Amino acid sequence: MDFGLIIRNALRAAFGDFAAVYALAAIGLNMHFGYTGLLNFGQAAFLALGAYGIGVTVTYLGLSLWVGIAVGIAAAVLFALLLGIPTLRLRADYLAIVTIAASEIVRFLVRSVTLSDYTGGSFGLSNFADQFYALNPLDGTQYGIGPIQYTGRQTWVLLVAWSLVALMTLLTYTLMHSPWGRVLKSIREDEDAARSLGKNVFVYKMQSLVLGGVIGALGGFMLAISIQSVQPDTYSTAITFFAYAILILGGTARVFGPVIGSMLFWSLLSLTDNVLRQAVNAGYIPPSILDGTQIGQVRLMLVGLGIMLLMIFRPQGIFGDREEIALDAR
Amino acid sequence: MRRTRSVLLLALIGLLVLGGGAAHAQQDEEGESIRGTIVQRPEEGEPVPVPGVEISVTMGGTEVEGSPVVTGEDGSYLLELPGPGDYSATLNQDTLPEGVQLTNPDRATLEFSLRPNQSRPLLFPLGEGRERGSQFVARAVQLFAEGIKFGLIIAITSVGLSLIFGTTGLVNFAHGELVTFGAIIAWTINVLLGIPLVPAGIIAMLVGGISGYLLDRGLWSPLRKRGTGLIAMLVISIGLSLLLRSAFNFQFGGRTRPFAQYAVQRAVDVGPFQLAPKDILSILLSVAVLVGVALVLQRTRIGKAMRAVADNNDLAESSGIDVERVIGFVWFFGAALATLGGILLGLAEQVSFQMGFQLLLLMFAGVTLGGLGTAYGALLGSLVVGLFVQLSTLVVSPELKNVGALLILILILLVRPQGILGSRERVG
Repeated sequence: MDFGLIIRNALRAAFGDFAAVYALAAIGLNMHFGYTGLLNFGQAAFLALGAYGIGVTVTYLGLSLWVGIAVGIAAAVLFALLLGIPTLRLRADYLAIVTIAASEIVRFLVRSVTLSDYTGGSFGLSNFADQFYALNPLDGTQYGIGPIQYTGRQTWVLLVAWSLVALMTLLTYTLMHSPWGRVLKSIREDEDAARSLGKNVFVYKMQSLVLGGVIGALGGFMLAISIQSVQPDTYSTAITFFAYAILILGGTARVFGPVIGSMLFWSLLSLTDNVLRQAVNAGYIPPSILDGTQIGQVRLMLVGLGIMLLMIFRPQGIFGDREEIALDAR
Repeated sequence: MRRTRSVLLLALIGLLVLGGGAAHAQQDEEGESIRGTIVQRPEEGEPVPVPGVEISVTMGGTEVEGSPVVTGEDGSYLLELPGPGDYSATLNQDTLPEGVQLTNPDRATLEFSLRPNQSRPLLFPLGEGRERGSQFVARAVQLFAEGIKFGLIIAITSVGLSLIFGTTGLVNFAHGELVTFGAIIAWTINVLLGIPLVPAGIIAMLVGGISGYLLDRGLWSPLRKRGTGLIAMLVISIGLSLLLRSAFNFQFGGRTRPFAQYAVQRAVDVGPFQLAPKDILSILLSVAVLVGVALVLQRTRIGKAMRAVADNNDLAESSGIDVERVIGFVWFFGAALATLGGILLGLAEQVSFQMGFQLLLLMFAGVTLGGLGTAYGALLGSLVVGLFVQLSTLVVSPELKNVGALLILILILLVRPQGILGSRERVG
């Protein structure tokens, strides 16, 4: 087994585009779940709306990518309002059911034949981000430190994506140290207490849902731009579950929780993936037990098990504070 | 994960293609074109390519060179166009084979514009087409019967979901996996061990029920004793769902597989309906089981205890009911019913590793519609959802039938969040 390669890949994954995209998704989720106590299980839909926002605007309407970004953000805001109005007054578990249903509705719709003229059906859309790459100021072929190398193109994507992550982390920090953030936390701790102090709980929850959703849409933009394509089945519930795993791993209601969580999550995934793959190729694991195509499923099993074990034994994650997570339904 | 991997692969391919300047330039020389594949998508099963369909393309009213283009053996077509601009493409509906129609006949002509060097996919969705007049009524009647069948299956699986919620407060996102587990156990006994489906199903229900009981004893009961919050338990159930679903995918594979018996049956006329014998059996069995469930809940000591715990946990405990024992029974009962539902669903649509997860959202819709935590509400709500899913295909394309049911779920929460049979104080 080539341990050098395994470590190199794990390090690359920690700083890669997926880590940045999922960090954005988890920062949005942290706003919902960590700070406000909203059980949003439809984060995948916000990413999908961002990605399809630019995809459809550029490919179908023939408009510029920047208009597409505005469309994506508008779609995310609208979607958050649609989700929030019926559910934010109800108990937390209703929101969980409705958001997961809504995210599947979005995926069913964009992959449907009926809308395939606009969204490309199950094949999706591609090659809509040329304008983004045209702005690439990096002309070199290779960038990086030591063993972690990226092409100029990748570096440009990563630069923008991680800048967005940094910006959103800063935004979260600022907001959570403002009166607005304190109201959110008080809603999470005790909604009735916040209400009795004259705060309009519904409006605060809605603002949190919209803001976290838009941050998720930013992740969708970067995912779509990074691979120059959108496909409906990328935006299945797995994105949401991964984002939860990342959030719980890093620590809910912690400003850096999603970022650290995402880097750790993707390097762990890459690590298990590479170790298993090499073990299979080298014949340490007989094909009757595990063949190459099943590694993806083992990975998912580990994510599921990881969510369970973390939630049972260390719900505050690595950096979290047990006091900060009021995970109890009213 | 296959999906995420394919995205990775796509990303890799994208980088390879776009990274190499030569490959990029070659793509530029290709010029403008439209392409696509004309396939018929039956409601179930693989899409079938349709060869020999004519598509004519015009620009400013005049036909372009090479038009009409005819689809090949694999149903695909490719037409190089003279340049960027606005075009209009028409599918000649007379060239479609008998019984194949455009899903929406008004969309036989598509207007589109091409950017320089764009190769645009152009799709003409085919399906069974919309029928009109008396055919519409006949189809509605038929869909009604299928809706009842489907609704009863949802009902059988969601009784457990609702009772578990009622007795423990857990929103069990892993309930769909109990359905899948049951179907896979029955499939294993039936196909791999060669035991006929009926005894195989009974054994599977026992195995499923015991597994549900053990799941409660091994996982949920200790968590309750530790005082784990309900939201934390919900997240744990999501993790469990992902773990089990991937394990099923790992072990059972990604394909759908039929049972050894009753896989294909010819439909017979029953009054105004056309149903296969297995469908009739499925309906009768579901009704019998649901009546049985109602009798157990209404007449037996354990059934009364279950309702009492669901209604008010503390009051039940203080009147001498052993709540943990009742909860254990609820898990056994709910999981055995989920298994039966899984077997019936497997009969109707074959067994797959994600059948339960796909059903889960419809179960939630049914349970929420009827009223979270009530057994009878779950029955009623599920029937409505099943009917709605099937009947909605009269107006929307079959691929969107679940969308309607999930939209109804959201609308219900807006209007009557406690559901049809729920009481208001259950809502926070």
